[in-house]
Amino acid sequence: MSNAVAHADAHGHAVHHPKLQHHFDTMQQQKEASTLGMWLFLLTEVLFFGGLFLAYMLYRMWYFDAFAEASRDLDIQLGGFNTVVLILSSLTMALGVRAAQTNERKNTVFWLILTIFLGCVFLGVKYVEYSHKFEVGHVPGPNFHSDSVWAAQQQIFFSLYFTMTGLHALHMIIGVVLMSVITWMAYKGKFDSSYYTPVEMAGLYWHFVDLVWIYLFPLLYLVERHN
Amino acid sequence: MSEHVSPKSVYYSIFGALMVLTAITVFAAYVNLGNFNAPVAIGIATFKATLVVLFFMHVKYSSRLTKLVVATSLFFLFILLAETTMDYATRGLQGMLPPLQ
Repeated sequence: MSNAVAHADAHGHAVHHPKLQHHFDTMQQQKEASTLGMWLFLLTEVLFFGGLFLAYMLYRMWYFDAFAEASRDLDIQLGGFNTVVLILSSLTMALGVRAAQTNERKNTVFWLILTIFLGCVFLGVKYVEYSHKFEVGHVPGPNFHSDSVWAAQQQIFFSLYFTMTGLHALHMIIGVVLMSVITWMAYKGKFDSSYYTPVEMAGLYWHFVDLVWIYLFPLLYLVERHN
Repeated sequence: MSEHVSPKSVYYSIFGALMVLTAITVFAAYVNLGNFNAPVAIGIATFKATLVVLFFMHVKYSSRLTKLVVATSLFFLFILLAETTMDYATRGLQGMLPPLQ
């Protein structure tokens, strides 16, 4: 940063914002570039999860009865609770970004810590759900157990369940680590209303992970509950 | 650019709407809607996702370039899902068609 300032001075320009990299003209342009880059990354993430949703859709069309039956074995209360927790964490994330926009350092740290906490609650519930599946033999593989005539097709459902929720949980773990770093930076006073791009970009990632769950919950837990 | 600072009330309202929609989607799953259970569930999820993207992710206040990238991701997702599904869903039909002369 001091280099950038020295560089600007050597050319006789006015001293600019310390966070402005020399290859950008303005802070606004720099932020626009970051936002664009983050959304391009999220585009690849959409297609990454899109492939899994595609596999899910096809198998669900072919083996609907097996999917409906296996879906009823998932705990709708835990799944619903996690949905609420994750949407709540998106709210606290949005309020954290807003606090950074309005120069409220303490509030930024508070909302980010709450976001991390809610993320951990989600992962904790996920752990409870996963261990239950190991206990009752709903993990695909040689130890899979089901009395259903659709046992083989149910394994496909649970394979997709573990792949999709597992990759989602991996994104959550990465999000919690990312958010811890951002929280530490916020605590150290690295952000203010003129520069809070990292908070906002981490927020975009966090909201994206929430988006994936918004689809996973009805698709996995609510296939056919009315029978 | 999101120099735009949304009022807190916007975030709380969106959160409220998301909670209501979550309740509706759970409720709808317990009602027999015939073939419409899945479209209703997907429709509600898409509405929720739209709210998150527009307001929590600030796309409503973003540049047109950012909006274009968001639209592009949806366009390619559509190609991936719709065209592959059309192929697989209609494969069995071939045997039901009258033979070509």
